[in-house]
Amino acid sequence: MTSMQLEIMLIAAVSAVACALPGVFLVLRRMALMSDAISHVVLLGIIVAFFFTGDLSSPWLLVGATATGVLTVFLVEMVTATRLVKEDAAIGLVFPALFSIAVILVSRYAGNVHIDTDAVLMGELAFAPFDRVVVGGYDIGSRSLVKMVIILALNASLLLVFYKELKIATFDPLLAVSLGFPVAALHYGLMTLVSVTAVGAFDAVGSVLVVGLMVGPAATAYLLTDRLSRMIMWSAGIGVVAAVGGYWLAYLMDASIAGCITTMLGIIFGAAHIGAPDRGIIAMARRRARQRVEFAQRMLVIHLFNHEDSPEAATENRVDHLGEHLRWRAGHIERIVDSARRRKLIQEQNGSLTLTDEGRTVAKESLQFS
Amino acid sequence: MSLTPPNPNLAIEINDLTVAYHEKPVLWDVDLHVPAGVLMAIVGPNGAGKSTLIKAALGLVKAAAGDVLIFGRPYPEQRRRVAYVPQRGSVDWDFPTTVIDVVTMGRYGALGWLKRPGAREHAEAMAALEQLGMQDFADRQISQLSGGQQQRVFLARALSQQADVYFMDEPLQGVDATTEHAIMQLLRSLRSQGKTVVVVHHDLETVEEYFDWVTMLNVRRIASGPVSEVFTRANLRIAYGGRSALGAEALERDEIRDAKPAAPIVP
Repeated sequence: MTSMQLEIMLIAAVSAVACALPGVFLVLRRMALMSDAISHVVLLGIIVAFFFTGDLSSPWLLVGATATGVLTVFLVEMVTATRLVKEDAAIGLVFPALFSIAVILVSRYAGNVHIDTDAVLMGELAFAPFDRVVVGGYDIGSRSLVKMVIILALNASLLLVFYKELKIATFDPLLAVSLGFPVAALHYGLMTLVSVTAVGAFDAVGSVLVVGLMVGPAATAYLLTDRLSRMIMWSAGIGVVAAVGGYWLAYLMDASIAGCITTMLGIIFGAAHIGAPDRGIIAMARRRARQRVEFAQRMLVIHLFNHEDSPEAATENRVDHLGEHLRWRAGHIERIVDSARRRKLIQEQNGSLTLTDEGRTVAKESLQFS
Repeated sequence: MSLTPPNPNLAIEINDLTVAYHEKPVLWDVDLHVPAGVLMAIVGPNGAGKSTLIKAALGLVKAAAGDVLIFGRPYPEQRRRVAYVPQRGSVDWDFPTTVIDVVTMGRYGALGWLKRPGAREHAEAMAALEQLGMQDFADRQISQLSGGQQQRVFLARALSQQADVYFMDEPLQGVDATTEHAIMQLLRSLRSQGKTVVVVHHDLETVEEYFDWVTMLNVRRIASGPVSEVFTRANLRIAYGGRSALGAEALERDEIRDAKPAAPIVP
């Protein structure tokens, strides 16, 4: 592994964590799509700032882009507030409009400048290590890495400091306002962070990967845990795994790194969706199956209970008669009788079923006697 | 603004409160004077502005006019003395957090900025949960709660705020009998401690049993005062008119009297 490979992975991993942190709150606020809008619209801010400064490396580009990101959030909220359209449609109106202005500006006036829409969408991770930051003759790393480390530090420290405030403003904004927390300021603060992160990450990894890194790890982590703090840590970890895994996938396939990282995010989400311990498809199917069996056992003990000690018990409470009475298929009856016997709810003697004490308790509980 | 000086003996004093959405009034010039230590229901038909009244009092929606005083001083100065229970449906119960964590949020206001909740807040939250019989659920993920349990968690959170005035938005809406019982027991115990509790309520049948004070609302204030004095057929007719099936039904019921036979307030 060359140092350049290492640096590319490092840039991807740092970007992943930097994006995952605000991404958790975007997902919990059901604003995932806003990351899509912001990460594209920052292009407009960059172009406009570039027209004023004429310098692609000017820090004003970062300022302009961040401002455009926040402007996008503001415009979307304004359109939503008219109540003519819902928020998703408002995003669909605002973001293409601003993004297309940027595209027109690039194609009309900046044709010979090094800004092109492919690079915006896909990033140029493979070339990121060539652009070095040299301070006092000392090479401290690639520009992208330095930038993303700073942004990561910013995101991590702000999230740590305002963790409690962000949590309450996200979970219960009404309570937060009534307690005196400035929910709107927190909201715009978070959106500013999202914008800064999107601007920083997009020339390294491209805006599509920015969206992937903000939404993918958070959505996956949401399936894996039910604590906010752990969700944040899981997101960061998943982001790193996707970044490194995606890099090697790209290396093996000789394909776009950003594309492969996004694909890894998809694969990881898919795996979690299927296999997550509580909320995965498998876990849910097993839970449902177990509930079906438990419910059937309950029906069985209630049936036995109702006819216990009655004259018809001899006919009702026989394995070979259950099918007629409960309208169950033969195989199903055997399975349920077996499982109920294993749970020691019933016992069988010569094909006749009787309740155990525990079975009787379950039946009574189900019928709400006590 | 009211011309009379603020009365610090009133737990809640609302003067000339008007709220409008897009120039359509939701609350019209509402005056409300609530003495300390009462358990008050706000009733009125759907769209009467019951929730809006609470939200405007707490600054959650913007008032077009009017002022709100808590013990004689503006609400922002008295935040620490007020607790709020939003409607249960206003939050996402799939949020990745636990019961104890939600209850601890009631302490966030007193904690202020930047400080993290610690052992003390945890103990206060546990004490609040115990009062609602929910201590065994402390570490439960909130999505695993039934509706009634969710409501009790919200109540526990308000309790942990250790306030003097409680605003509750439909705490009895759609809860099971056990929860309703637990909540009413809590509200009565708050009242017996001298706290003031304001509850948006939807069930006219239980107003007399549960509350000692009532405000009837339908965009404007119809009546406000002791249940025994203002919860009358005439006022109900004004508040509900023919608009609400619930109101119309209640009007037919004999339990709701025309005039007051002073009923003892159940403590």
